[in-house]
Amino acid sequence: MSKYTSVSIPLTLHKRLEKLIAKKTGFKSVSDYVTYVLREVVAMHEMKEVPEPFTSTDLAEIKERLRALGYL
Amino acid sequence: MANPPHGGKLVQVKQSSKDSSALAGFKQNQKLQVSKETATVVSNIANGIFSPLEGFMGENDYLNVLEHMRLENDVPWTIPILLLGPHNHHFGSGDQILLVNEADQPVALMEYEGNFEISREEYAAKVFGTDDKAHPGVAKIFAGNECAISGKLKAAVKPDHGDYADFTLTPKETRILFAEKGWNTVVAFQTRNAPHINHEYLQKSALALVDGLFVNPVLGKKKAGDFKDEVILATYQAIMANYYPKDSVVMSVLHYEMQYAGPKEAIMHAIMRKNFGTTHIIIGRDHAGVGNYYGPYAAQEIFKEFPDLGMTPMFFREFYYCTRCAGIASEKTCPHGEEEKLAFSGTKLRKMFADGEVPPKEFMRPEVSQAISKFKHPFVE
Ligand SMILES: [Zn+2]
Repeated sequence: MSKYTSVSIPLTLHKRLEKLIAKKTGFKSVSDYVTYVLREVVAMHEMKEVPEPFTSTDLAEIKERLRALGYL
Repeated sequence: MANPPHGGKLVQVKQSSKDSSALAGFKQNQKLQVSKETATVVSNIANGIFSPLEGFMGENDYLNVLEHMRLENDVPWTIPILLLGPHNHHFGSGDQILLVNEADQPVALMEYEGNFEISREEYAAKVFGTDDKAHPGVAKIFAGNECAISGKLKAAVKPDHGDYADFTLTPKETRILFAEKGWNTVVAFQTRNAPHINHEYLQKSALALVDGLFVNPVLGKKKAGDFKDEVILATYQAIMANYYPKDSVVMSVLHYEMQYAGPKEAIMHAIMRKNFGTTHIIIGRDHAGVGNYYGPYAAQEIFKEFPDLGMTPMFFREFYYCTRCAGIASEKTCPHGEEEKLAFSGTKLRKMFADGEVPPKEFMRPEVSQAISKFKHPFVE
């Protein structure tokens, strides 16, 4: 189950975020907002590090099947 | 370059023939019979359609999905993938279990991890948002077992898709296909219906903004009144041959049992298509819904919860032919009332085809209507 932990951010930033989410609807708390933004950022970085999951043999065989089926 | 797979890894379970030695290593009492639908889930896990899952969920993933719509490792996931079976088994942790189909033929070899009880009431409430047994997904959960058996797949038998084999592509294949076509952005279209003009318009509106369109109709168990699998395929072949550009559209089928879970299923639809390598998905009105259980645009709203989904949803209002506009319009573009909207209910449409009639060409392409008319019984009974 998801558990929670604390991350320290400067109080000044916390206040700015409070003001921001008070104006923007959709976020219940600064924690919700920070979680949302961090997930977005983390996913962006993770996506850059994924290698293609096939070998050159796969590639040749699959291209042949795709050609035979009329996809290529 | 195709969209990276969900959770960062395209799962590939070793595929084998049904008498392969890859399936050996189990004892005679370690067999478990699974339904046709579960066998389809097995093959979807094996091909990476459910990446990053490598098998059936354990309790931690299950509870986290119900409670937070995420796997234990924080990856977005909205509908549990469970192997629900009987309590009276004698499996121990690490045992190799042979999953067999109803004809006692091997489906996969799974390494047993454990089991846990689910509450069907909790499952229904959290996944479907209702305990109404008239909901097909709720009815299915209440008709099934409560013991969830978890474990990783070690080897899986390559399924025989029969007449659909030539239209079935794996994520590995579509990823290579999109790359060969030079598409960087690809929008997926999920459907369980024969194409109406409004679907065509929806798909083409989305295609205008990306490199390619991936039409991915769902074949498998559906509810009464839905089009049969063979009709869906035949109608899409008809519309593609006559109205779709070959260099920017591809179609392959997805073997999958609809859950009718509305918004939560929309996220699963996006995850599966992400694994096929698409970057976008079309989400229209009442996506994956049934009856009046979900708001018409609830399946669009839910995407706000997932900044890390790695798929861009493309939201559309419903399209229709407006007699006043004399063209295809949507609630967003047309000011006219319901009376100007050309619409046929499912019931009306089924009656039309039964009476040997076809809908007007402003509602359905004549080639599509003809393809349906060729079937004596086009609808699931
Ligand atoms: Zn109009």
